[in-house]
Amino acid sequence: MTQPSQSNNNRMVIKLVAIVIGMFGFGFALVPLYDVFCDITGINGKTNPYAATYDVNTDVDTSREITVEFITRNQSGMVWDFEARTKRITVHPGELNTVEFYVKNPTAKDIVGQAIPSVSPGTAALYLNKTECFCFEQQPLQAGEEALMPMQFYVDPQLPEDIKVFTLSYTLYDVTGTSSVAMNRG
Amino acid sequence: MSSVADDLHHDEHHDHKPAGIMRWLLTTNHKDIGTLYLWFAFIMFLVGGAMAMVIRAELFQPGLQIVEPNFFNQMTTVHGLIMVFGAVMPAFTGLANWMVPLMIGAPDMALPRMNNWSFWILPGAFLILLSSLFLEGGGPNFGWTFYAPLSTTFSNDSTALFVFSVHIMGISSIMGAINVIVTIFNMRAPGMTWMKMPMFVWTWLITAFLLIAVMPVLAGAVTMVLTDKYFGTSFFDAAGGGDPVMFQHIFWFFGHPEVYIMILPAFGIISHIVPTFSRKRLFGYSSMVYATASIALLSFIVWAHHMFTTGMPLFAEMFFMFATMLISVPTGVKVFNWVATMWRGSISYEMPMMFALAFIVLFTIGGFSGLMLAITPVDFQYHDTYFVVAHFHYVLVTGAVFSIMAAVYYWLPKWCGKMYDVTLAKWHFWCSMISVNLLFFPMHFVGLAGMPRRIPDYALQFADFNKWISIGGFAFGLSQLIFLALVIKASRKIGEPATAQVWDGAEGLEWEVPSPAPYHTFETPPEVK
Repeated sequence: MTQPSQSNNNRMVIKLVAIVIGMFGFGFALVPLYDVFCDITGINGKTNPYAATYDVNTDVDTSREITVEFITRNQSGMVWDFEARTKRITVHPGELNTVEFYVKNPTAKDIVGQAIPSVSPGTAALYLNKTECFCFEQQPLQAGEEALMPMQFYVDPQLPEDIKVFTLSYTLYDVTGTSSVAMNRG
Repeated sequence: MSSVADDLHHDEHHDHKPAGIMRWLLTTNHKDIGTLYLWFAFIMFLVGGAMAMVIRAELFQPGLQIVEPNFFNQMTTVHGLIMVFGAVMPAFTGLANWMVPLMIGAPDMALPRMNNWSFWILPGAFLILLSSLFLEGGGPNFGWTFYAPLSTTFSNDSTALFVFSVHIMGISSIMGAINVIVTIFNMRAPGMTWMKMPMFVWTWLITAFLLIAVMPVLAGAVTMVLTDKYFGTSFFDAAGGGDPVMFQHIFWFFGHPEVYIMILPAFGIISHIVPTFSRKRLFGYSSMVYATASIALLSFIVWAHHMFTTGMPLFAEMFFMFATMLISVPTGVKVFNWVATMWRGSISYEMPMMFALAFIVLFTIGGFSGLMLAITPVDFQYHDTYFVVAHFHYVLVTGAVFSIMAAVYYWLPKWCGKMYDVTLAKWHFWCSMISVNLLFFPMHFVGLAGMPRRIPDYALQFADFNKWISIGGFAFGLSQLIFLALVIKASRKIGEPATAQVWDGAEGLEWEVPSPAPYHTFETPPEVK
């Protein structure tokens, strides 16, 4: 009864199925797109996952003072003691600073941790440059072991004028199960 | 039925169908499949409604008395999933199956065998979902929005069943949507140009495009949840470089167009009923078409208004706030067009019209509370409270569900050949109308006062309102049994016989075939002037 349009139907179905497959792919493409978009705009507060290089000739803007606050928290299930030795620090843009974080594994088993940074307000993340950070790598601690982990950073002088205070938060995750870092047993 | 079969004996191939259950399992007839979808949706409506009764029983008074909090969470989750994917969407697909070919003068849907499949995989999907409730650890308990990490890190072992059932529901509605699009593009009767298409056909065409655009994104989101939970990926796990907020972006990129999927066909239905019972043509037909298309397009750029409290930058909050408010313009066009259609019409108040009028008033209330929620600074207070629950139940129950009921009253005489029982219909309408407002209106107040969603217990000051809300809920649930009785009565061919036109103001091809509509219609296409 509809024979004349059978090939029309098939052509149309092929096109529509192509849209469906394309949109399924688009759902997954949203993942890298989201990362790129957030990298450019810095809106989700993620800092660079790799070290920046500090140019010793960087102009230090002594006329501005920026307060950087540090907070730490553990993801549920992570049992390490984890705290910032420096809770807040006042810096000039362009100046290189080092702060330390204390960790201790109080349990009787070896655990690998991973700290994930997040900056609030999010746009400040683009201007926080870390030349050295424990968060760049997974941190193995043997049972009972403690450590001081350094973090060296400078604030880009381009930081927008209206930002006077920002907070860097580290969340510590237990990644022992999925970690590729080998525990060197003593 | 047997006398009809005898009549047609001389022309056996014309109306041949297997007997018993095989007729329904193997059917490729658009009317049979439409009927299956509608009955399935009705059964799911009652199942999901029973879960709402559990929720309201627990909330009848403060404290925990009837169910465990974990089971309460499973009830809110599965209630939402069933009502969205099992009741409203299949009901609209059923109406499309029944009415779109009749309205455009086509003999059947374009892809009848796929049509059979798209229905028959649905019961399986819901069997999987419902069976997960009986497993150790229970069914999904993370809300129908399955936010990560609730659905990944903290969910129970049955999450895989949830994921697979959503996959199957998605495949079913994608196949249904493809079928509708191909049918409307290729099978319109000669002379039926685009701008002569009935509004229900237009709204369904646009809905079908929304479906094929966003259901695959939902499939992607549940797949990511599956691999995050079971295969060690980190799409939404910050420890592995993912981001849980990204889940909300992906989900609501699907989720916001989804809410228009559940309301655009309703707009189409109301645009048929209001002119019929006002005995006038629809006011502003072409503006209705453009308004529907604008709503569909805008639905893609407003998703983050569900996420104002996630810490978005100011410019994004402003953008999504204004884009959301913009949607009220085409929606307002529709409401004003319906009112203008009634203006100076000779209105009669048969049951489809009563439900359509209730829809216009109550859906508009839901629209206004939506506008309030769109205002970013106040959304911080309304977010995740009963105000949100009040809002989306006004647009989905008194909006989408009332429009489906209006559609059933409007076309039931065409489907069954008998008028519905008017006394039962009046009881059903007035009981529903009063109880639904008792049920959902006080939710605005407890929401504004700060009562949070999805919590089995609440502070004492909300006790009186919650008692009334629960009473309204039980009454609304029971009222639907009147509707069930009415539909069973009509489908058993009890009642006054209906004429072909049924309603004296009705216009359109579906009213030119006899009532009940014969098994095969428009084998020779009608000519549209």
